[in-house]
Amino acid sequence: MKQLVILSGKGGTGKTSVAAALAHLASQAMPIVLADADVDAANLELVLDPTKREEHVFMGGQVAIIDPDLCQLCGQCYEVCRFEAVIRGTLNPTWEAYRIDGLACEGCASCVYQCPEKAIHTEEQQAGLWFRSDTRFGPLFHAHLFAGQENSGKLVTMVKQQGRLLALDEGRELLLVDGPPGIGCPVISANAGADLALIVTEPTVSGVHDLERILGTVNHFRVPALVLINKADLNPVHTARIEAYCLDRGIDLVGKIAYDNVVTEAMVQGQPVTAYQPDGDVATTLRQAWLHIQRHLDGAA
Amino acid sequence: MIIAVASGKGGTGKTTVATSLAQSIATDGRHSARSGSPDRIRGHNPSRTDEKLVFLDCDVEEPNAALFLQPDFDYSQEVGILIPEVDYDRCTFCGRCAEVCPWHAIAVVGRKVLVFPELCHGCGSCTLNCPEDAIHEVLHVMGVLESGQSGPITFGHGVLNVGEAMAVPIIRQLKARHVTNDDVDVAILDASPGTSCPVVETMRGADFVLLVTEPTPFGLHDLRLAVEVARDELGLPVGVVVNRDGVGDTGVEEYCTAEDVPILMRIPLDRRIAEAISGGQALVEALPEYRAQFVELYEKILEITSSQEGRP
Repeated sequence: MKQLVILSGKGGTGKTSVAAALAHLASQAMPIVLADADVDAANLELVLDPTKREEHVFMGGQVAIIDPDLCQLCGQCYEVCRFEAVIRGTLNPTWEAYRIDGLACEGCASCVYQCPEKAIHTEEQQAGLWFRSDTRFGPLFHAHLFAGQENSGKLVTMVKQQGRLLALDEGRELLLVDGPPGIGCPVISANAGADLALIVTEPTVSGVHDLERILGTVNHFRVPALVLINKADLNPVHTARIEAYCLDRGIDLVGKIAYDNVVTEAMVQGQPVTAYQPDGDVATTLRQAWLHIQRHLDGAA
Repeated sequence: MIIAVASGKGGTGKTTVATSLAQSIATDGRHSARSGSPDRIRGHNPSRTDEKLVFLDCDVEEPNAALFLQPDFDYSQEVGILIPEVDYDRCTFCGRCAEVCPWHAIAVVGRKVLVFPELCHGCGSCTLNCPEDAIHEVLHVMGVLESGQSGPITFGHGVLNVGEAMAVPIIRQLKARHVTNDDVDVAILDASPGTSCPVVETMRGADFVLLVTEPTPFGLHDLRLAVEVARDELGLPVGVVVNRDGVGDTGVEEYCTAEDVPILMRIPLDRRIAEAISGGQALVEALPEYRAQFVELYEKILEITSSQEGRP
């Protein structure tokens, strides 16, 4: 079983549209499992028309809670908290009250240990949900991180692990992971254990800048990378720069997709672009890109 | 006045809108307190004439605003979190530090104490709870803060080092350096995509959250989540900029009407804009006719925030 992760650094370069198309194409070649690792803005389900089979609670980190009956208002919790999570408010002109901002609290329990009255304890919070669904291309694992929650990396790991277990269980040959933007915690989790990363980029100053940072990140964790340029005709100068950059570093370029509104039209219709307009230029480029990726997966250890 | 610019979905044009807004109000002088309610403008001092406009790129994972605003950086500082270092002359290997650490970032193995910087959140619990005072803290560098002027705009950004996981400590320090002091009149904060902790950290303390979206199913799905965070969780006033107007469907329009979320500006789908931005040109430099619209956008934001005044 191989693991392919789709990343971009910069957001909005077309990761999810490419992931949906690759899911369509890959599923014609082999049995696959899909995982949407962009857990705070999960969009893959919007183009795969999934049927939910399972729903599970995701418990995130701990959050501190102050018992107002025990609190003697000494303010030591406020002093030790480094996350600005203890809020000092005023009950009336002479009384101060302390409470915890659940969104800022990291659950370190520093305040719990510090409180001389033992008025603070921590509680585990439900931070989201994860699902197993069926799609016409294979099972999909996806999740919904509740608004503003942390621990997205942990939820990404959960979604991928479930996908991996099912793939091993059912002898499915590919785990296709649609990753989040950026280079931080959820990206590192999405990238962990991948055999190959496909970086979807665009020929803009931001795209080029972010491409270098995401390639640095996957390289740091020793995952080989391929590059796909989306909206390639938007700026031929930057497209040439990306090509030269990849050539220079021995990174294979698997395709150049032209700027085409058909990608958005397919999204509006809730379909992968390769299914929506199979004979179009975009679909043709993606089919060739998939063959290229497949060769790399076969060669990957 | 602190305005956070966010989106949920990536690539909808956050940085384009944030930089254009800053450039438009900087040249127009509208960030001075004569618009809107003076009291509402943080740190406004009527006797001062040097009104200060700050732009912070809080997308520390992929900071791109500097590519458009081209500031002259004259300040740079390594930032990160404080991690424990053990003083072996005092340590008795009692294991209390490991016991209090919720992230298993410190472990006592025989007569050695191991610290794992990549797991540490820098909370200081181990240091505070060591009965022998045998732990002191050292800076674990995770990135850098840089700042400088871009014309009338004071620019600052944070850059997370490649391979580091935690963006929040850098955003926190970037904001602490630039927006908590009293001589800032307007601060525009460019957030990262998504809706999790780095975005919340950027929005915290803002007076207004401007959400940039595109009229597509992905744009709508993520706009909903961003509204949940900004308006429902943080209780902040929000408004929407629809970018690439005309590209997809009417879902965003219907949602905003149903949810009473005001659409404050529309930028049409225009290949000229995409091409200018791809080359590193700011929108209002490539198409100066948008300047007036961004000034108008700012006026609308002032109107909304001043009408919010007095609300809990």
